[in-house]
Amino acid sequence: MTERTTAARPRDPQDEGSAAGSATLDTVTDTDPGRGGTGRGATPGRGERVFRGLTSGSGLLVVAAIAAIGLFLLVQAVPSLLANNANFLTSPVFDTRDAANLNFGIRDLLVVTLLSSLFALVLAMPIALGIALFLTQYAPKRVARPFAYVIDLLAAVPSIIYGLWGIAVLAPALLPLATWLSTNLGWFFLFAPGNLPVLTGTIFTGGVVLAVMILPIITAVTREVFSQAPRFHIEAAQALGATRWEVIRMAVLPYGRSGYIAGSMLGLGRALGETIAVLIVIRAATTPSGFSLFDGGYTFASLIASAASEFSQPLPTGAYIAAGLVLFVLTFVVNAIARVVAGGKVNG
Amino acid sequence: MSTATGLNSPERPATTPTFQAPSTGRKIKNNVATFLVGLAFVIALIPLVWVLATVVVRGIGAILSSDWWGKSLSGVLPESYAGGVYHAIYGTLIQAALAAVIAVPIGILAAIYLVEYGRGRLARTTSFMVDILAGVPSIVAALFVFAAFISILGAEQSAFMVSLALVLLMLPVVIRNTEEMLRLVPDELREAAYALGIPKWKTILRIVLPTALSGTVTGVMLALARVMGETAPVLVLVGYSQSINFDPFSGNMASLPLLMFSELSNPEPSGQFRIWGAALTLIGIIMILQLGASVVSRFSAISK
Amino acid sequence: MRYQRRVAAIGLIAASALVLSACGSDENAGGGGVSAAPGVTCGGKPDLRSSGSSAQNNAMTRFVATYQQTCQGQTLNYTPSGSGAGRNEFLGGQTDFAGSDSALKDGDETTRAQARCASPAWNLPLVFGPVAIAYNVPGVTDLVLDGPTAARVFNGQITTWNDPAIAALNPGKQLPAAPIVVNFRSDESGTTENFQKYLVAASNGAYGKEAAQTFNGGVGAGARGSQGVADATKNTPNSVTYVESSFAQRGGLGMAQIINSGGGQPVPLTTESVATAINNVQISGQGNNLTLNLNSLYQTSAPGAYPIALATYEIVCSNYADDPTGQAVRAFLQTALSPGAQQALPDAGYVPLPDQFKQRVTTAVNAIQ
Repeated sequence: MTERTTAARPRDPQDEGSAAGSATLDTVTDTDPGRGGTGRGATPGRGERVFRGLTSGSGLLVVAAIAAIGLFLLVQAVPSLLANNANFLTSPVFDTRDAANLNFGIRDLLVVTLLSSLFALVLAMPIALGIALFLTQYAPKRVARPFAYVIDLLAAVPSIIYGLWGIAVLAPALLPLATWLSTNLGWFFLFAPGNLPVLTGTIFTGGVVLAVMILPIITAVTREVFSQAPRFHIEAAQALGATRWEVIRMAVLPYGRSGYIAGSMLGLGRALGETIAVLIVIRAATTPSGFSLFDGGYTFASLIASAASEFSQPLPTGAYIAAGLVLFVLTFVVNAIARVVAGGKVNG
Repeated sequence: MSTATGLNSPERPATTPTFQAPSTGRKIKNNVATFLVGLAFVIALIPLVWVLATVVVRGIGAILSSDWWGKSLSGVLPESYAGGVYHAIYGTLIQAALAAVIAVPIGILAAIYLVEYGRGRLARTTSFMVDILAGVPSIVAALFVFAAFISILGAEQSAFMVSLALVLLMLPVVIRNTEEMLRLVPDELREAAYALGIPKWKTILRIVLPTALSGTVTGVMLALARVMGETAPVLVLVGYSQSINFDPFSGNMASLPLLMFSELSNPEPSGQFRIWGAALTLIGIIMILQLGASVVSRFSAISK
Repeated sequence: MRYQRRVAAIGLIAASALVLSACGSDENAGGGGVSAAPGVTCGGKPDLRSSGSSAQNNAMTRFVATYQQTCQGQTLNYTPSGSGAGRNEFLGGQTDFAGSDSALKDGDETTRAQARCASPAWNLPLVFGPVAIAYNVPGVTDLVLDGPTAARVFNGQITTWNDPAIAALNPGKQLPAAPIVVNFRSDESGTTENFQKYLVAASNGAYGKEAAQTFNGGVGAGARGSQGVADATKNTPNSVTYVESSFAQRGGLGMAQIINSGGGQPVPLTTESVATAINNVQISGQGNNLTLNLNSLYQTSAPGAYPIALATYEIVCSNYADDPTGQAVRAFLQTALSPGAQQALPDAGYVPLPDQFKQRVTTAVNAIQ
C-alpha cells in the first residue's frame, strides 16, 4: 500500500510533486521564520537536542538499512562468487548441490525475470491508464472514491492467493488463448514454442498474474497525478469547445505523463521482486529460456524462495544471496528511475 | 505548456456562433476514447471479482466449521477435516504486531525528521532511501535478515526474525503516511505554540503529532495489512508448526501464508479445504484493517 | 470527542488481541481416531525432538498420535525440515533422533555420530513409501513399463506413447501417437533421488544420467512438490510423472505396472508387491545397524516384487548418554512398530513393514538404551 501513500502525498497544496516533496518543502521551511524553533540564536535545550538526535537518528537508520542490505548481501555473496566455477553473468545453470563445486549463473534468471515483468508491464500499463482516466475524468466524484477503493482492494489480496488462483483457475482459462497464439503467431519469437512441453504455467501465465498484481500500483500513482492536472488548463480547453478526449489529450496527459511513467516503474519494480505467486505459477524447465513467453523457469525471487528450505551450508546459500543481491540492485535502479522521473516533472 | 493548439478560436470572427458542435471525426474519437476508458475499468474488475469469488466459494466452508477459529492443527492427520487455524492467525498477528512495535516509533521519528528538522543533503538522501526501501522486494528483505542475523550473528530461525524483515517493509508505509499528515498540520498551530515559548520538540510532540495522529494510525494499519500477506519472509526465516507456539523468539511458528504454503503439499482434499479457508481468513483480516484505516482517516482527518 | 474515539479504537484493538491470545487450543481430540499400542514400555523424557525427511512426515504424524495415546503425557515434535537438515541437527545434538531418506554417510558423518552418541549410531529403516510411475494417457489403462523403457522415457529418448519399446510391453493396447510430457519435481527431493537411482540401477545403463536430489533427465516441465507433479499430470493429457503412490491415488492417476529386473510378469503397485520387495532387500549394515543395500531393492528379481520404493530411516544412538532419552526413543519406536500404528500406514501412502523385516527392526529397537 506504499504506492497509495506515495501517491497521496501531493495532496499537500504546497507540494506538487508525487515523490519530490521534500525539496519543495525545504525551501518552504527555510523561508518560514516560525519554524526555526524557540529563539534561533539561543542554544536549544537538552530536550530539544535529544529529540532532534532521536529523529535524525531514525532518519539515518533508514539510510543505514539500505546500506546494510547491500553490504550484508555482498559480504555473504562474495565467498560463493569466488568459489563459483561458472560465469556468474552468462551461465544459465544454477547448480549448488555440491558445495565444493558450485556452478551458478544468473543468465536464465535475468531473462525470465525481465521477460515476465516487462510482459506484465505491457499488459498493465494501458489498462491502468484507462482506469486512472476513468476515475479522474469520467466517473462522477461520488462514485470515483468507492471505485478507487475497489481497485485498491486488488493490492490488498496477498500474493500467495494470486498464485493459487493463477495456477488453479486462470491457467486453464488462458490455455485456449495460449494455444491460439502459439499456433498462429509461433513465427514470432515471443510466441515461439518454449522450453516447456505444455502451455500452462509459462511466463505467459505468470505475466498475466503479475499484470493483475501491479495494476493497482500503477493506477494509484497515475490517478493521483491526473487528479492534480491544473484546473485552469482543463477549463481553458473546455472553454474552447474541446471534447472530453481532447481535454484529456491536451491538458491531462501532458501534465501526468511523468507520473504515469513513474507509477509504471514502481509497478515494474514490484513485478521484478514478486516471489510467491511466480513460484507457484511458473513451472521449471530443463533447458535455458529462448526468449519465448511460453518458456518456463525461475525468476530471481522464485528461485531463492524455492531453495529457502535448503539454506544450511554457507557456500550454496551464498549463491542464492548473490542472486538476491542482483535483484536488490535491479529494483534499486528501477525505483530510483521512478523517483527521478517523478521528481523531474516537478523541477522542470 | 501550449494547450490550445488546433483550436484556433482567437482568430475566429466574432460573428460565428461561440459554440460549434464538434466535427464527426472528433466525436468518433471522443466516443472511442470513452469506450476504451470504460473498458479498461471493466477489465480491471474481472480479475478482482474472479479472485474474490474463487476464494469465497472455496473457503467459506472451512471458516464456518466449528473449530476453525479456536483450534490449531496439532495432531490433525492430513486427510482429516478437524482442527482449525488459530495457531496461524496468532502467528500472523503476533509477527505483524512485533514488527509494528519496532517500525512505528522509528517510522514516526523519521517522518518528523523529514518534515520538521531535515534539510540539505542528508534529508534528501533519507527521503530518497525511503522510496527505495518501499521498493525492496520482500524476498530481499528476508535474505538480508537471514544473512545478517542468522548467518553472521548466529541467531535461530524464529518468528522474531520474520518480524525484523517485516519492519523493513512497514517502515516506508508508516513514514510516508505520517509525513503526509505532518505536512498538513497548519503552520499557525506551530507558530502559536512557539509564540507561547514552548520548545520546538514539545510543540511537535504535544501539538503537531496529536493533530496528525489519525494519519499515523492509518499508515500503521495499511502497513500491517501489507505485511500480513507476505509469504517470502516466513518461507526463509521460520519453520512451520501445526501447534500453537506463543513464543515468537524461539521455535517454529505457523502463520496463515505459511500454513497455506505447507498445505500445498497435502494430497488430500482437506488440504485444499484448509488452503482456501486460510486464504479467506487472511483476506478477511486484511480487509478489516483496510476498512479500519479508511474509516480512521475519514472521521478524524485534518480538514483536507 | 475525537480523542475519545481514538482511545476507544485503540482499546478495542488491545482487547481483541488479549481475547485472541486466551481462547485458542491445541486439543484436537478424536482428530485421528487412533488407539493405544499394547506392549510398549513408556517413560523417560516427556517431549522428544526429531526432524528430517518430509517424505515420512505423514507417517510420523500418525506415529505421534498413537504415541500420545499410548504413553499419556509423552509426545514427540517432528519437524519435516529435510533429510540433510535432520541429520545435521541430530549430529549437532539439537534433536534426539533424525528422520532421513538416506543413511549416515561413511566417514565424516559416521564419525560425528559416534562422537555425538558416545556409541555407534544406527540407521533403522522404518518407513517405506512406494513411488508410482503415474500417467494420464486418455484411453490407456494398465500401462506396463520396465526399467530400461522407463529410463528412456525419463531421459527423453522415447518421445511418443506409441514408441515401439512401449508398444512391445503393452501388446493389444491403443497407444496414442501423442508426444510424452514428462512432469518432474523441480524442488530437491529424496523421491527424485531414489527414483533416479532406480532408473540407473534397473536400466542396464540406458538412463545415462546421474541420480541426484534434482531431476537430471533433461526433459519435461517441473512442478513443485508431490502435489505439484500430481496436479500437473492430472491436468495435462499424455503426461507422466513419478510420485508417491498416495498422491497418484488421490489424483486418480494411472499407476504403471513394472516388470522388475527378473523379467516375468508385470507387477502392479500394491501393499503386497512392495512388501515382497522389502522382504528380499539386502542389509549392508552390521548387527543392529540396518543400512539397506538399495540396489538390491531396485534390481530385485523376486517374482511379484515392485521395485520402486523410497526407504526412510530413523537415525538413533544405540546407547543414549541420557537414559531417559533412550527410554523415550525406544518407547516411541516400539509404538511405531505396533500393529495398530502399522495398519494405519496404507491410508497415508506407506507400506506396513512385512513381518520378517519388522522382526529385525524390532530387535534393533528393543536394543536401544
